[in-house]
Amino acid sequence: MSAVRPDKSKLYYPKMPATWWLRKPSYFLFMLRELSSVFIAIFLIVFLIQIYQLTRGPEAYVAFAQGLSSSGWVIFHLVALAFAIYHSITWFQSTAVVLPLRLGERAIPPGVVTALHIGAWIAISLAILILFLALRG
Amino acid sequence: MSEPTITLNVTRYRPGQDLAPRSQPYSIPYKQDWVVLDALNYIKDHLDGTLTYRWSCRMGVCGSCGMMVNGEPKLTCAAFLRDYYPQEIRVEPLAHFPVIRDLVIDMSDFLDKLKSVKPWIIRKTEKPISQGEYLQTPAELEAYKQFTQCINCMLCYAACPVYGLEPEFLGPAAIALGYRYNMDSRDQGKDERQRVLGSHDGVWQCTFVGECTEVCPKHVDPAAAIQRSKVDTAQNWFKSVLLPWGER
Repeated sequence: MSAVRPDKSKLYYPKMPATWWLRKPSYFLFMLRELSSVFIAIFLIVFLIQIYQLTRGPEAYVAFAQGLSSSGWVIFHLVALAFAIYHSITWFQSTAVVLPLRLGERAIPPGVVTALHIGAWIAISLAILILFLALRG
Repeated sequence: MSEPTITLNVTRYRPGQDLAPRSQPYSIPYKQDWVVLDALNYIKDHLDGTLTYRWSCRMGVCGSCGMMVNGEPKLTCAAFLRDYYPQEIRVEPLAHFPVIRDLVIDMSDFLDKLKSVKPWIIRKTEKPISQGEYLQTPAELEAYKQFTQCINCMLCYAACPVYGLEPEFLGPAAIALGYRYNMDSRDQGKDERQRVLGSHDGVWQCTFVGECTEVCPKHVDPAAAIQRSKVDTAQNWFKSVLLPWGER
């Protein structure tokens, strides 16, 4: 049996406006999450250049690090940090959806999985910070 | 005292006559226990018999009456006027679909995509009837039960900006139903479905906006089905590349 199809020439095809992501807070937050990747990518490129400067000797590294201490770069890093935190939180929220966990017969609620991830993330970050401060002396 | 009224701004589109849809206001009696579908039925019965829309069960089971209510994809049989009163209500056809007439959209694209994921149990070998039915444990049933609740109402497609921007995308409901059969312990058709789910227009088009899950009236959680299908598809790819006996 062939399906009856409407006459395509008489259909109205709606178009999505370029501002669709401003229509709902959830769409806007999604776009922010996507945009966060740009800031994280720039941060990583700067970080790689910073490591490269280490191979060129102490003078080159100090000069580069001084350049990064300008107010423009400090503001960029603060914005990148805020985006990285936001992106990480959405990542852990997604993890709970992608990997449903069970404890015997019972499903672990997604909120608990996210909270455990975020708890581990904070603990590891604090451990790295303490190690950094200890090594700095 | 005069009866309270509420205004519905309903999208009208006459194929072959109108170049674009337009909005038409209708003032109807306001009743606290009415849903938007009751209001549309009142308009059709008393004010304008030419108004065209789909509906059937009036109880959130058939999935026919999905429309945009104040810009949100809703089953109009479950959208109460009292949640909007005294504000006016905007009723439009489901977003992202071609419009046939007034509030009726062309669902052929969805039906083609649904068929492509083979949403039925595929067996490589059938056992004889004399051996009885295929039994499942409660845990095996639980693995896919949630995804059986889909009523094909297409609200998830109307909420998905990826489908709006990339109409080739397989879309939330079709993937959720493909996943439902992949997770069924009686099924042996996962490889056939993976070819569709893992294709260019399959699960990888999804950027996990998550609105499909938010608007789903049956709490199917298509976003979860898509993300878990991504894990399956990625595992299959690694197996095919790393294992010498993997299927290419």
